[in-house]
Amino acid sequence: MTKSELIQRLADMYPDPRLYHRDFERVVNKIFDEIGDALSRGDRVELRGFGAFSVRARAARVGRNPRTGASVHVREKYLPFFKTGKELRERINQN
Amino acid sequence: MAGNTVTRADLAEAVFREVGLSRNESARLVESVLKLVMDGLAGGDSVKISSFGSFSVRMKGQRIGRNPKTGEEVPILPRKVLVFRASHVLKDRINRVLSPRAGATSTEAVPGGPPAT
Repeated sequence: MTKSELIQRLADMYPDPRLYHRDFERVVNKIFDEIGDALSRGDRVELRGFGAFSVRARAARVGRNPRTGASVHVREKYLPFFKTGKELRERINQN
Repeated sequence: MAGNTVTRADLAEAVFREVGLSRNESARLVESVLKLVMDGLAGGDSVKISSFGSFSVRMKGQRIGRNPKTGEEVPILPRKVLVFRASHVLKDRINRVLSPRAGATSTEAVPGGPPAT
């Protein structure tokens, strides 16, 4: 499922004449933008049943260019991380 | 990480401000989006959100685990796990904001801990 398919399915769920396709698009974009904003602030996003997004720090390290073998300094970086919620984990394993 | 926690209520509030719907309807829309993603994943589909990331279901084989308390060997049955891969857009966005502050956040523990009294 892509984002546009998700938007279409959402629109199909709400046959409301006040809402246009463009509104559903804004809703879906807003939700994921908001999660991204939170992570950029270093905040956690906890959605019970679905899962939790957080940011984990990776320390600076000396890495190597695998082609040349030259050592390069890799600076500290942050990675987004997702932990699946209990309900979603159980649903995935139900079949 | 100095962190607040963002919840469904915050997402609903953001949708409320974005689209001219009631708070109640905004909350329902957030719930529906999460449900649609969950339904897709539960049905074995992967979900790709451009400039955010992708969720996919991966099969894990059986392996032997151990009860960490008793040391007893227990089989871990084959199961499915959900994997989230963040898109480069999201990773870059996070690092653009957080990394310039890097270094000021490390509060490393003193090796050996506090002196015993």
